[in-house]
Amino acid sequence: MDSQTQVNGGKVIAPAKTAVIWRTFWILLALTAVEFAIAFTMPNNRYRIAIFSTMTIVKAFFIVGEFMHLKHEVKILIWAVLFPVITIAWLLVALLLEGGAH
Amino acid sequence: MSVINAPAVPEKLSWSGGSEPMKASYGKLMMWFFLLSDTFTFSALLVTYGMIRFSNNAYTGVLEKFYFSTTHWPVPDEVFSALPFLHGIEAPLIFVGIMTFILIFSSVTMVLAVEAGHRGDRADVEKWMLWTILGGFTFLGSQAWEWTHFIHGPELALAAKDATGKAIEGANLVRNPYGPPAFADLFFFITGFHGTHVFSGVILNILIFFNAATGLYERRGHYEMVEKVGLYWHFVDLVWVFVFTFFYLV
Repeated sequence: MDSQTQVNGGKVIAPAKTAVIWRTFWILLALTAVEFAIAFTMPNNRYRIAIFSTMTIVKAFFIVGEFMHLKHEVKILIWAVLFPVITIAWLLVALLLEGGAH
Repeated sequence: MSVINAPAVPEKLSWSGGSEPMKASYGKLMMWFFLLSDTFTFSALLVTYGMIRFSNNAYTGVLEKFYFSTTHWPVPDEVFSALPFLHGIEAPLIFVGIMTFILIFSSVTMVLAVEAGHRGDRADVEKWMLWTILGGFTFLGSQAWEWTHFIHGPELALAAKDATGKAIEGANLVRNPYGPPAFADLFFFITGFHGTHVFSGVILNILIFFNAATGLYERRGHYEMVEKVGLYWHFVDLVWVFVFTFFYLV
């Protein structure tokens, strides 16, 4: 559809490059669908919670990496964001486990 | 972005201004750090949820015989099982599933608007911003419905009983028909805080749409504002992914 360069008010506009965006969308949709399948078929136990938590982090990876473009930023920016997040994630897990939630 | 082509500032002075050490503009960088601080706030809310949930009794019987009571934490599937226009039909998680889909989809249209901005395609930016705004309003509407349904509570026969044995009618911050008082408090606070974020995101999106439509960004020569507000919008989507997992699924 967008294979040709379109002309808009005398200005040349490059064709859209959306393949990666849609691929990411389908991945996110598939992951959510799998979460539903698990929610309806698997009994609620610590393994299910672990699966859900892992899948949520995978979804976060795609949203932050592709949609927010962090994957394509310079390394120091990636770590400036990632390091505090990892620290806070560790704090969350530590607080919950020390608090006796298992 | 001129830094990449011609490093006018010597490398040892790159933190003294005039260049972009992280190859991102000041505004974008500050948006990232703001979102980081917002992550801390939502993390605090989620850990509060975890702490309070696990300090209450869990329901230990079989799922088929689950009943609402103020003495044990409710199973989310049983609370959020209603759909608009389909009264009496049990459909656990379907409605929140639709809400999740709406938000992920509006994230896609947002990133399409950003992509159109890179190409300087004003018409496309306007089109995708409008879709994003529509998605935001649809999500807010769904949440309003969900809150209304939650506040009204289930049928009295299903509702939890208070100390005198009377069924609890309707949910508020003091008591609710689903479980311990903290359950409704956390529901209102966490989804409400997220909904406020969605609401301010929609307002920002409308502003961006207005600026793009009046040609402000075209005159400016770039659509970076779309990118910055896009970061915020994706973050709101991201938070919902976590709320969905830890409030509705687990």
